[in-house]
Amino acid sequence: MSTAFDRPDFDVIAGWVQPGERVLDLGCGEGSLLKRLIETRGVRGWGVEIEDAKVLAAIANGINVIQGDLEGGLTGFQNGAFEHVILSQTLQAMRRTEEIVSEMLRVGREAVVSFPNFGYWKHRMDILNGRMPVSDRLPYEWYDTPNIHLCTIADFDAFCAKRGIIVKERKVFDEGREITEEHNFLGSLAVYRITRE
Amino acid sequence: MRRSGFYFVTTTNKSQGVGLVKAQRAHFAEPLQLRSGATLSAYDLVYETYGSLNAAKSNAILVCHALSGHHHVAGHYADDPDNIGWWDNIIGPGRPLDTDKFFIVGVNNPGGCHGSTGPATINPVTGKPWGSDFPLLAVVDWVHAQARLADLLGIDAWAAVIGGSLGGMQALRWAITYPQRVRHALVIAAAPKLSAQNIGFNDVARQAILTDPDFHDGHYYEYGVTPWRGLRLARMLGHITYLSDDGMAEKFGRELRGGNVKFGFGVEFEIESYLRHQGDKFAGYFDANTYLLMTKALDYFDPARETNGDLAAALAMARAKFLVVAFSTDWRFAPARAREIVDALLRNGQSVCYAESKASFGHDSFLMVDDYFHGVVRAYFANVKT
Repeated sequence: MSTAFDRPDFDVIAGWVQPGERVLDLGCGEGSLLKRLIETRGVRGWGVEIEDAKVLAAIANGINVIQGDLEGGLTGFQNGAFEHVILSQTLQAMRRTEEIVSEMLRVGREAVVSFPNFGYWKHRMDILNGRMPVSDRLPYEWYDTPNIHLCTIADFDAFCAKRGIIVKERKVFDEGREITEEHNFLGSLAVYRITRE
Repeated sequence: MRRSGFYFVTTTNKSQGVGLVKAQRAHFAEPLQLRSGATLSAYDLVYETYGSLNAAKSNAILVCHALSGHHHVAGHYADDPDNIGWWDNIIGPGRPLDTDKFFIVGVNNPGGCHGSTGPATINPVTGKPWGSDFPLLAVVDWVHAQARLADLLGIDAWAAVIGGSLGGMQALRWAITYPQRVRHALVIAAAPKLSAQNIGFNDVARQAILTDPDFHDGHYYEYGVTPWRGLRLARMLGHITYLSDDGMAEKFGRELRGGNVKFGFGVEFEIESYLRHQGDKFAGYFDANTYLLMTKALDYFDPARETNGDLAAALAMARAKFLVVAFSTDWRFAPARAREIVDALLRNGQSVCYAESKASFGHDSFLMVDDYFHGVVRAYFANVKT
């Protein structure tokens, strides 16, 4: 879900794109990531967003935003049309997880996926204490959460391996700091750079 | 065009709009070569402008009209205060098309029936109304004619060209035909070409007119009659396709005029009353030959024809940034048709925004006060430099 609070994945993504590249941001919200990538990295950006208010805000931000539902796939986007396709903290809320990842890798040379790590130690503690985790990264209660496909870093690695998806790079964060060891235990947010090539 | 009836929603009042306006007329003596191969030797265009053209002449917006529209887009006339422009709700100081910032031009296309040269005006060769001798026009012909008006006004490039429906097709055509003269194209409730179903509706409408005994091969003016029955039917049919099934159900349902069915052919259901009223009104002021001509221009529109059906290739030469808007209840030009334009632009890596409004008025939604649609247009224009 696109929220404005700390987004260390934005910094990572900014480091992964090159000037002049075409970037597609899925669930772009108000277009703050794209705006930043356009202004600081000189990319050419497009976003997809479903909510009226966010589309309106993205247009006001001068972003190329296409109103549409990601659950319908990326019909209309050509194969390999983008250097990077970004899905920032939205994967866990998608119904058709496999389809969107495969669509991202169809229209993009590489995909950037970030998600809250369910294997984070605080989440594990919550479960051990008999409760569903509620944290900064997972701010919802079990009954009102849009997150229906939560996974751990180990789960996502296995997901990629099984589908022949290459993980080019992975960065993991907690409270805005990069985590360098025990990713699946110490990291609350994972950012992947994946490709089929 | 004055729209009234159940569907006309306006929250505007004259004091907030552009206020008093005057139509102007320009004569163009240079022949206009038409797509059909024919030539229009000379023609007049009537137009209106709102706001002020800046010194750099860089703040001009062209508003293109649809099938039944014209140059009177906003405001009202001193001698006819109830005759409010057809898109008044979106134009004015502080409105989405802000006359404090932009200079807005509305023009009646050639072939129209609101003052510009058309089938009802006098053919200088015969001294009689053109009638069906008036050449059929294509969207590109209108765009060329509008370009000459731009020349006359000293406008090298429009800040934006905007239109809904057939007007949206003109905006699209502008971006392709005059890439250097359009900085933004706003294509609203439009499609890159008509479907067979759409052409089918148009042909039924035309047949209603063409088979009216008062049509006289299009020279009815000389007989002092009009094929109003045919035109009325054409408009009634059109109206059904401009509204949505849900919208009609919501407004009219199966409500009966007199409370009971009468087992006759008079007005029984409210929807019949509405359609007949709209048909009568329209047939009273609109010219049947113009209606025929406009529907043909719709049918012929297909810019991808020039690039072997490849819309992206046709749009590749456009330099404009695009805003495409569709309405989810519009089944005449459904969102999927608008997406064809968006997808072609995306293929080319062009700048495009696409918004889909859930307004319930079908194809006519673009004429209504829809907060989301108006918000989108307002937000877009906030980034249009003058």
